[in-house]
Amino acid sequence: MKLNLKIWRQKNAKQAGRFETYQVDANEHMSFLEMLDVLNEGLTSKQQEPVAFEHDCREGICGTCSLVINGQPHGPQSGTTTCQLHMRHFHEGETIVIEPYRAKAFPVIKDLVVDRSSFDRIIQAGGYISVDTGAAPDGNDILIGKEVAAMSFDAAACIGCGACVAACPNASAMLFVSAKVSHLALLPQGQPESKRRAMNMVHQMDEEGFGMCSNVTACEAECPKGISVENIARLNREYIGASFTSAK
Amino acid sequence: MELNGKIPPGDIAEKWTKYKSSMPLVSPDNKRRLDVIVVGSGLAGASAAASLGELGYNVKCFTFHDSPRRAHSIAAQGGINAAKNYKNDGDSVYRLFYDTIKGGDYRAREANVHRLAEVSVDIIDQCVAQGVPFAREYGGTLDNRSFGGTQVQRTFYARGQTGQQLLIGAYQSLSRQISLGRVQMFNRHEMLDVVLVEGKARGIITRNLVTGKIERHAAHAVVLGTGGYGNVFYLSTNAMMCNVTAAWRAVRRGALMANPCYTQIHPTCIPQYGDYQSKLTLMSESLRNDGRVWAPRKKEDAEAIRQGRKKGADIPEADRYYYLEERYPAFGNLVPRDIASRAAKVVCDEGLGIVPTGLGVYLDFADAIQKYGKSKANTMNLENPSAQQIWDLGKAVVEEKYGNLFEMYEKITGEDPYRNPMKIYPAVHYTMGGLWVDYNLETNIPGLFATGECNFSDHGANRLGASALMQGLADGYFVLPYTIGTFLSKEIRTPKFSTDLPEFAEAEKAVRDRLHGFMTTNGKQSAESFHRRLGKIMWEYCGMARTAEGLAKARRMIQDLKAEFYADLYVPGSADEFNPELEKATRVADFIELGELMCLDALKRSESCGGHFREEFQEDGEALRDDEHFMYVAAWGWQDTSQEPELHKEPLIYENIKVASRSYK
Repeated sequence: MKLNLKIWRQKNAKQAGRFETYQVDANEHMSFLEMLDVLNEGLTSKQQEPVAFEHDCREGICGTCSLVINGQPHGPQSGTTTCQLHMRHFHEGETIVIEPYRAKAFPVIKDLVVDRSSFDRIIQAGGYISVDTGAAPDGNDILIGKEVAAMSFDAAACIGCGACVAACPNASAMLFVSAKVSHLALLPQGQPESKRRAMNMVHQMDEEGFGMCSNVTACEAECPKGISVENIARLNREYIGASFTSAK
Repeated sequence: MELNGKIPPGDIAEKWTKYKSSMPLVSPDNKRRLDVIVVGSGLAGASAAASLGELGYNVKCFTFHDSPRRAHSIAAQGGINAAKNYKNDGDSVYRLFYDTIKGGDYRAREANVHRLAEVSVDIIDQCVAQGVPFAREYGGTLDNRSFGGTQVQRTFYARGQTGQQLLIGAYQSLSRQISLGRVQMFNRHEMLDVVLVEGKARGIITRNLVTGKIERHAAHAVVLGTGGYGNVFYLSTNAMMCNVTAAWRAVRRGALMANPCYTQIHPTCIPQYGDYQSKLTLMSESLRNDGRVWAPRKKEDAEAIRQGRKKGADIPEADRYYYLEERYPAFGNLVPRDIASRAAKVVCDEGLGIVPTGLGVYLDFADAIQKYGKSKANTMNLENPSAQQIWDLGKAVVEEKYGNLFEMYEKITGEDPYRNPMKIYPAVHYTMGGLWVDYNLETNIPGLFATGECNFSDHGANRLGASALMQGLADGYFVLPYTIGTFLSKEIRTPKFSTDLPEFAEAEKAVRDRLHGFMTTNGKQSAESFHRRLGKIMWEYCGMARTAEGLAKARRMIQDLKAEFYADLYVPGSADEFNPELEKATRVADFIELGELMCLDALKRSESCGGHFREEFQEDGEALRDDEHFMYVAAWGWQDTSQEPELHKEPLIYENIKVASRSYK
């Protein structure tokens, strides 16, 4: 299948970017990133600079790949990362627009590559349980019901890709933050520091320049891992509760 | 060179405990004065960096990813083994130790493996405390399932995303140490050389992947937790950026590479489908708990399926060849990976493959859906449930267990694996070989340690499923934080190292010259295209079946490829910017040298064992070991690649396990 690609090219964070148009000959069994590999191999063979994009596991789990494809983070197929998206979802002659995530807290590094280290700093602000190696009781001393473990897992399945931020008109990181707060707050091990965690992570999120949540819920619709906005409700409850009762 | 494994004396069950209580310690005050570099932030790197930070060392941790959470450990699916015996099915530390040695085809060190089995139980506790949401029973206790090569249920899991959850646990602990200022994190930094001062590892040279800046970092000791080298085959289940460069740079500075030919080919991956393909996708071994592996018994059926005239479901039960169940009744579908892979190759070589390339067999869940559906209907007191009701109930159970894997399969192939059996074929997955280390996880270069897949120590010639996560975390949480003290306790009077030392200048210059060389070759071919060609050579001659003739030929082909690489490489852009093509070039250059060494190692090991299958050495299609001549670790030195690699042998001594021919029948 012949495709037209309109791809965002930007030398680095300081220079302005622009769209460039390319033609590529793809095949319906290819993954979207394999289609970009073919484009890049062609550009390299003509001694032109390939399009920089991020990717690693190509199994939808590492969270490295990103891209806004025809206006949607990770493209048109729901519950799917860009690396798992296959060309059978596109048609002959289609024009595909490929952009980087656009958010103040995710500055462009080059072309389609953005800096998402703000997410790391939010986790560093409190997205953990404070336990040193060696200080753990037996795993079965902490009983956790099957359903609770499953709910915690559902929140912990977040891959930190940033699609929620790219989807949000306010570039809010509430879904990401709430997934981590929920993962840990749902477990008994996470209880002792749950208030501090919610307060500190929300504070860091604001510091990083992410926007406020206005309940658009585009984040949930675009999340490749199906993280629910119920987590945002839980974060709000944790945060408000902490604001009233925390000593801080 | 005399290879000293430094195995402590005494009874195997007490070695580690006694050694731990008698090893030299570093006081808290002295720890604060000692710097440690950890390269890699996967399970083995992040757990080590976090634990060393907690102990009070000054840690610098490096990853080439944009975040430590992206490391490839995240993709591990099925689970992590531990000898907890929560199932009351007769498991014990000894049994896990025994299974691992046997699974490795008697080519691993007894003392290391026993220690691994001992600390396995602590890993689960630690991960639970960190908030890892392992699967639970209704009563709230931890759930287990089975993996290959064992007859007990000792695998802990978090759906099909166990690696992700364990890595996030380690990442969170690491993040906590970063926030406390105990660990300084360097994202998007790739290690391109290790720096030796007076023979000891004292630092590294890195490239900042965003700016291209070459940096020097000094420390009292260096830990490599940089993963395996399966990507030497180009197509593997490894992530695209997995590479051997950190380990290989250490080899070029004098570290030894042990058993490089031991490669794990995983039996259940989605088959190859096109020349443009960039990677292969694993379908977790846990699926073999419920999935039955088969191929048609008749060649004409297989051919009809390949041509699309028949489907798997059209083949009557009597014409299905459940070859694992028939050939290995004691373990059935849960034989170890090397055996399941080889069996798949044998049936496909006989013309029974079911995909157009001929290289594929079925992994079928129809029986599991029936079994679970009937059980569920029974639990729900349904009288005379319809076939559809049973199917729906059974499907729901299978979905709960493996939902994300089935979804992944559907996305890639466009086929519904609940209704049609999965199509699978073996693919490169893991490398048992790696940097040679002693009992302290220290390489032959003093002060240079290696943890996780990056070292060779625990899996012999074949790794059992759910043991990679166990080893990575054992090394990082519970072994290295102790054993690094044996080296650092002698360094408490050593002042901090300056990066102005001539050794740093020399290493930096070597890195700059190398990158400059790649940038200015100005040939015609991309690093990617060389990588694909290398992968084809490796898969054909050093893959699932190897021969002396093929390996010798492959070595010559790789030498030619290397010459062509240095004459005709083209790297676009410049070295002082974000340049993924330059990164690839440095990695492919190292893969080429490693590939040659793998072929040599495979050639010199004139026996079959575990994942290393030499066609000349077999008995009834099973690997035929030669214990008399090859019961040793082959540790290769190759500092100067203009010379022949140098082989050092560490004999393997079995005092606790009777070495026998491996049988799963």
